[in-house]
Amino acid sequence: MPMPSGSLTHLQRLEAESMHIFREVAAEAENPVLLYSIGKDSAVLLELARRAFYPAPPPFPLLHVDTTWKFKAMYEMRERMARDSGMQLLVHRNPEAVARGINPFDHGSLHTDLWKTEGLKQALDLHHFDVAFGGARRDEEKSRAKERIFSFRTSQHRWEPKNQRPELWNLYNAKKVKGESIRVFPISNWTELDVWQYIHLHQIPIVPLYFAAPRPTVVRNGQLLMVDDERFALNPGESPQLRSIRFRTLGCYPLTGAVESQAQTLPEVIQEILLTTTSERQGRAIDHDQSASMEKKKQEGYF
Amino acid sequence: MQDAQYQPDNLIATDIAAYLHQHQHKSLLRLITCGSVDDGKSTLIGRLLYDSKMIFEDQLAALQADSRRIGTQGQEIDFALLVDGLAAEREQGITIDVAYRFFTTEKRKFIVADTPGHEQYTRNMVTGASTADLAIILIDARKGVLTQTRRHSYLTHLLGIRHLVLAVNKMDLVNYSQTVFDDIVADYRAFATTAGIGDFTALPISGFKGDNITSPSAQMPWYSGPPLMPLLESVEIDSTLAQAKPLRMPVQWVNRPNLDFRGFSGLISGGAVRVGDAVRVLPSGRVTTVSRIVTQEGDLPHAVAGQSVTVCFADEVDCSRGDVICAAEMPASVADQFEATIVWMTDEALMPGRAYWLKLATQTVSVRLQAPKYQININTLEHMAAPTLELNAIGVVELTTDKPIVFESYHENHALGGFILIDKMTNGTIAAGLLHFSLRRAQNVHWQALDITREARARLKNQPAAVVWFTGLSGSGKSTIANLVEKILHRMNRHTFLLDGDNVRHGLNKDLGFTDADRIENIRRVGEVARLMSDAGLIVLTAFISPFQAEREMVRRMMPEGEFMEVYVDTPLGVAEARDVKGLYKKARAGQLQNFTGVDSPYEPPSNPEIRIDTTQLSSQEAAERIVAALLK
Repeated sequence: MPMPSGSLTHLQRLEAESMHIFREVAAEAENPVLLYSIGKDSAVLLELARRAFYPAPPPFPLLHVDTTWKFKAMYEMRERMARDSGMQLLVHRNPEAVARGINPFDHGSLHTDLWKTEGLKQALDLHHFDVAFGGARRDEEKSRAKERIFSFRTSQHRWEPKNQRPELWNLYNAKKVKGESIRVFPISNWTELDVWQYIHLHQIPIVPLYFAAPRPTVVRNGQLLMVDDERFALNPGESPQLRSIRFRTLGCYPLTGAVESQAQTLPEVIQEILLTTTSERQGRAIDHDQSASMEKKKQEGYF
Repeated sequence: MQDAQYQPDNLIATDIAAYLHQHQHKSLLRLITCGSVDDGKSTLIGRLLYDSKMIFEDQLAALQADSRRIGTQGQEIDFALLVDGLAAEREQGITIDVAYRFFTTEKRKFIVADTPGHEQYTRNMVTGASTADLAIILIDARKGVLTQTRRHSYLTHLLGIRHLVLAVNKMDLVNYSQTVFDDIVADYRAFATTAGIGDFTALPISGFKGDNITSPSAQMPWYSGPPLMPLLESVEIDSTLAQAKPLRMPVQWVNRPNLDFRGFSGLISGGAVRVGDAVRVLPSGRVTTVSRIVTQEGDLPHAVAGQSVTVCFADEVDCSRGDVICAAEMPASVADQFEATIVWMTDEALMPGRAYWLKLATQTVSVRLQAPKYQININTLEHMAAPTLELNAIGVVELTTDKPIVFESYHENHALGGFILIDKMTNGTIAAGLLHFSLRRAQNVHWQALDITREARARLKNQPAAVVWFTGLSGSGKSTIANLVEKILHRMNRHTFLLDGDNVRHGLNKDLGFTDADRIENIRRVGEVARLMSDAGLIVLTAFISPFQAEREMVRRMMPEGEFMEVYVDTPLGVAEARDVKGLYKKARAGQLQNFTGVDSPYEPPSNPEIRIDTTQLSSQEAAERIVAALLK
């Protein structure tokens, strides 16, 4: 942080706000946890948590709700960040999804539902977490613009749109009765560009998949998918081709569309994003599911 | 599009490194837009997003398609569609208080708080305005200054927004007439003067046509001031101004990873701090020196308002969450009685005398409000008498906290003068408040140091001090059972006292009736008396209907953990009414008694009492024995 003279930069103010939110939760919650999903937003979230409590490690664990279908490079990054941060890493895989062999090829939206939505609820219940930090941002799509920073969930993890609290100044009301929980979004006011700039400014490690490299790919349903391991069942006529690609968002590899790109450095990636003409969520299949609006997903407990 | 010269992104393609460097040094301005859809608010916000290139091509394509299909602007782009996602949600009954939009130019990042203009406007606007440096008040040039203009202006002024921009919109529909604009500005100036609003900037725009948004309008050469965007890029930001004030840092968190490090973390809300500065920790008033300012990127020589830091002290001074680190020679104040403006935000009206949580900066205390001194009509700014404050009402109220808090007037420092109220039962955020001043200095209150403790007194009596609180409907059997409990305890040589309606309503509380407010005060006094008596080492038994859970919880919180025993004498209304020992139900049913619990006034059963007595299953004697056993176990 350069010595501030005159007004703070927007990144300094966003950083200060996020650190403030982390500390408020640590002070008022009984058993918080950071939902770590390994993507760039999680990278910034984790960095801010570490800054909030430096020189101590953040006083809560990391939780990865795993689907077993993430990119290999993501698992590597997960292990590395847990080591570097000195935080406990909890990994939860829904035992029912494990037993039934749920996968994105055969099970469609059941995949997200069982691994992520149900898996998250299970993990929160199992460890009795009362606050879960997430990396959602208000600029991600139109319906998130009205999201609060503290989002209340019933003991069934349901989001009750009519029962949310007004947020004034930087005062957050974290009171709740036993069983209720709160999702807290410390980077609500960051935009995608802010996230990238912060990563650039502070050299925050991110999964290499964000940078362009030749990778084996197939085109399916108009999406450019990467064949990350042998579980990728090829359709007749499909054969993986090397293309120079990168990813704008990271999730389960069979569900995450890549873009063709030559951007190998962070400034090049940012340049490409700024000149690109499609908004971020287009890369994720979840939005294209029939009626799977974010709103509905949220009411069911998926972020 | 016009405004083609306004292209903040030229650098992106030509020199990304230079672009990133420039954008790392942008400042942040938060603003709120006030006005209804009819004033072109959504169109203006959509226009700002569009003109600052925040619209992606896929969104633009969708926008163009939507504009032709459902837009209101013929073949032209309907910018309002960019931000309207709210209408459908409103139909689904989803509460929208504030939507936040983001855009950026080469000089600044902007966060726009967009509040729906209709119902709930007060609550929503106050929420959105609480974080804003600047407010845009939109006026439809064809309509001029309306009631809602005055309302919006008052609320932004109340919340202390220093930059007010009067945007006279839809100038294209009045032929860009200077006379129309000048008349509206003169009108507004007259109102602003009476409302105490000092300065404002007025400018004529057309959100739809793009006039005076990013560049001077060719249609209005008579306007010589800056267009909207350059104006937004140049106003002074509050957090910069706050740096000139004395140091204030509310402590959020004590950072203590090991025995060698003890730091105090918080967001600096006023002034600056340097290593070596003398600071005073409030409320204790202890003075020490800052030895380090710690961040992950290394120690800082100084830090300013708006930064989240961790400071270390040269001495071992007590300091914990809720304390405020202040400039040693210019500390904040400490008090427990205040006058404040309250904005009520929930359906259940303000209950004078009821205890709520008050959260101010990092302090959370119990607070009681008196009946409002007056309510403010936000359309006329008149003061009106009001017994309470309903949803969306604003009033001036005196309040008392249960312990002194560190504060400043809201005008001085928003972080130490702005607070929220939280309902103790529902945990909802029910009001926002702005402290004006303290009614007396809490420093003058000194607790008499008592050497003989309550524990010592109870020990002498060979018993635990306790309050056994009987609650239940009239005629449920509270007094009968409480009497039996007292007899049993007396035989066991225990020192007791029974408080009931007969010995309290006739003396201490004879000034109270049976309205909700009086019932609350009745219970508060009984609770205080019961606590004093238990301080004396007595086992206190109380038998009151005490219908509201909030007040019973209030008494519970007065008592040390484990010394409050709530006994719910559970008798169904039908049974109690059939017994009708005192003939009261009959009178109530005949309309001769008002506010009678169970008849025309509610009873809230305890959700988690220590003991529940089902009088249809247990005799009074059995019940009494069970209670004594639990008490003395």
